[in-house]
Amino acid sequence: MAYLIKGAHVVDPQVGLDGIRDVLVEDKQIVEVAEAIEAAEGVEVIDGAGKYLVPGLVDMHVHFRDPGFEYKETIASGSRAAAHGGFTDVATMPNTDPVTDTGAEIRYQIDAARRAGLVHVRPMGALTRGEKGESLAEIGDMVVEGASAFSDDGHGVQSAGMMKTCMAYVSQFDRVVCAHCEVESLTKNGVINSGRAATRLGMFGWPALGEELEIWRDIELCRSTGCALHICHISTAKGLEMVKAAKAEGLPVTCEVTPHHLFLNDEDIDDTYNTYNTNLKMNPPLRKKSDMEALVDGIIDGSIDCVVTDHAPHAKHEKDCEWEIAFFGTIGLETSLPLMITNLVDTGKMSWDRLVEVMAVNPRRLLRCNPVKIEAGSQADLTLIDPKREIDVTEDYFESKSKNSAFLGQHLTGVATDVLMAGKRTLIDGVVA
Amino acid sequence: MLSVKHLIDTTSLTADDITQILDTAKSFDPIVNGRNIKKVPALRGRTIVNLFLEPSTRTLKSFELAEKRLSADSISMGGATSSVVKGESLADTIQTIDAMKVDMFVVRARLAGTPQVITQNTDAIVINGGDGKHQHPTQAMLDLYTIREHFGHLDGLKVAIVGDLAHSRVCGSLAPALKTMGADVTLVAPPTFQVGDPSWFGCNQTNHLDDVIEDMDVIYMLRVQLERMEGAAIPSRREYNRLYGLSLEREARMKDNAIICHPGPMNRGMEIDAEVADCARSRILNQVNAGVLTRMAEMYLLMGGEE
Repeated sequence: MAYLIKGAHVVDPQVGLDGIRDVLVEDKQIVEVAEAIEAAEGVEVIDGAGKYLVPGLVDMHVHFRDPGFEYKETIASGSRAAAHGGFTDVATMPNTDPVTDTGAEIRYQIDAARRAGLVHVRPMGALTRGEKGESLAEIGDMVVEGASAFSDDGHGVQSAGMMKTCMAYVSQFDRVVCAHCEVESLTKNGVINSGRAATRLGMFGWPALGEELEIWRDIELCRSTGCALHICHISTAKGLEMVKAAKAEGLPVTCEVTPHHLFLNDEDIDDTYNTYNTNLKMNPPLRKKSDMEALVDGIIDGSIDCVVTDHAPHAKHEKDCEWEIAFFGTIGLETSLPLMITNLVDTGKMSWDRLVEVMAVNPRRLLRCNPVKIEAGSQADLTLIDPKREIDVTEDYFESKSKNSAFLGQHLTGVATDVLMAGKRTLIDGVVA
Repeated sequence: MLSVKHLIDTTSLTADDITQILDTAKSFDPIVNGRNIKKVPALRGRTIVNLFLEPSTRTLKSFELAEKRLSADSISMGGATSSVVKGESLADTIQTIDAMKVDMFVVRARLAGTPQVITQNTDAIVINGGDGKHQHPTQAMLDLYTIREHFGHLDGLKVAIVGDLAHSRVCGSLAPALKTMGADVTLVAPPTFQVGDPSWFGCNQTNHLDDVIEDMDVIYMLRVQLERMEGAAIPSRREYNRLYGLSLEREARMKDNAIICHPGPMNRGMEIDAEVADCARSRILNQVNAGVLTRMAEMYLLMGGEE
């Protein structure tokens, strides 16, 4: 099939492109990028006027819950959510049941995603068997089957010795270790940020130190092993300072941030009697306003490498309950881009170039995928964005099987309208194909 | 009329709300403490469910007596006997009871925020009888009543709250209520028991009871809740008693007119020595008596008062 995307504002900092172009796609590839291309017979034209065309968006931190928790999300339903949100690639976390710690589990996810046919799923493998932090998972086997990176996401690897072994072992492959940093002896029973929020609401705190101490440890292990380290869902200003210092030294350290840590903080959790909104219960928790502001600065100035959603679907009964027993997490795939455009791009704080870096270029590089550039010869993974289209975030808006969004009730501007995944249309004028 | 529909936390109450509750409670005093027939028809025909998801004796009995004295129809159910133990969600439990048409829930719960969840599942009025480590507003009202009875006012009083503040819903509602009424609050505890927010409601914080005891009008000793401690935050009962316990020696240094309160149940010999608990300054049994009066007042006002 051939498509001609006409008159879109193309943004791709990899090739220095920032202007109106026509882009011709045949089969899986971009075959021509030019100021004006005539549509040949049999070529379907997609009107790009007034829209931005960017390399396909990548979310390198999602939970598709498949296998094991299909009542929350499946690879098929998660793929629909991803396409709806404008993504062409996602990296799925290995805390499935069974845990994704062998090559066969990686293969299962890739095969299931091909059947769904809406998004490239790039599964991450566990670092340790069963994510128990005790012995190495079959990391090499998973690399051979297509694992994109390695993580025990959901838990920090509690033993420094075990983490050192993991990072040393992974260093033989061209793969990144993604660290969920949490010292459990400091965060035990914690359900909300320590300090004001925990005191006011009467719950055990999950202190910033619980995250920062392990970030420090893992940066030192990166120095010691040479293994590339990526800090998952960074949430504190001090943690970010440590990452910046490591980068300044030239260590292979990167980090990511979620929209909920960029645009919400612990003051949003109210204790008046219509709230205790459990959709705001996260791990790591929403932090202080000053942390949030530091993270916003970091994603703009380049010290944070990418935006991820930590898309964490949970069934209604797992959230519609008392805060202390509610599950951690919010869904995010379908609100990530609109939140970034509404809060950062439209306000003039972030350029389109930078948006493309943090939502497409950088995560693709960290997952060791081939670059996607808007030039002839590149794979046609493309996202077309209408910067003016508005959405109301309601439960009905979501394609995800779960509706536990921290952003329900918000009105956002700027959404993906069309997506091409390997030359196939997966989102057509806002509707999943 | 109160400015709130439910009594969930003291942080939502205005000084006028608190004064109304205390004044109304005072009007019940002659009925409860002066008559042989301690009953008024104020809530006749109204239905109240005491949902006690966590074990409690004094709070439950205080509510039950307050309900009887107001002529309400009330039933009490506990976590152990309810379907909560069979795995039913809180929402389902509340909707089930709600379908039987009740006017008010009084809830005691292990988890913070439970009363808020209940308000989302019923149109009935909700009174928080203590939720996790969050708040215990009816305790705060009876404490304020007791203190006001002694001093005649609350503003300008210096109150020390001493003990396991970090795990205390009593502190969580008492401290803000005292601040709302213009009192000066000092939180006294070892660092491992202090509240996590140093600026919390503008209270003073100290680790040394001996530094402040002579300035205080009220010493409010908290029960050290051994069952609520997540780890060893203090080395031993003996050491806690030595550093923070209210002994006769410390009691002797208090101001002439100062009083001692405790929400109960007491650990005699730990946070408070037996002789001190029974001394002339002690208002501990007055607090229990005030509990019935203030709970009557809260239920009466939330149900609409004179209407």
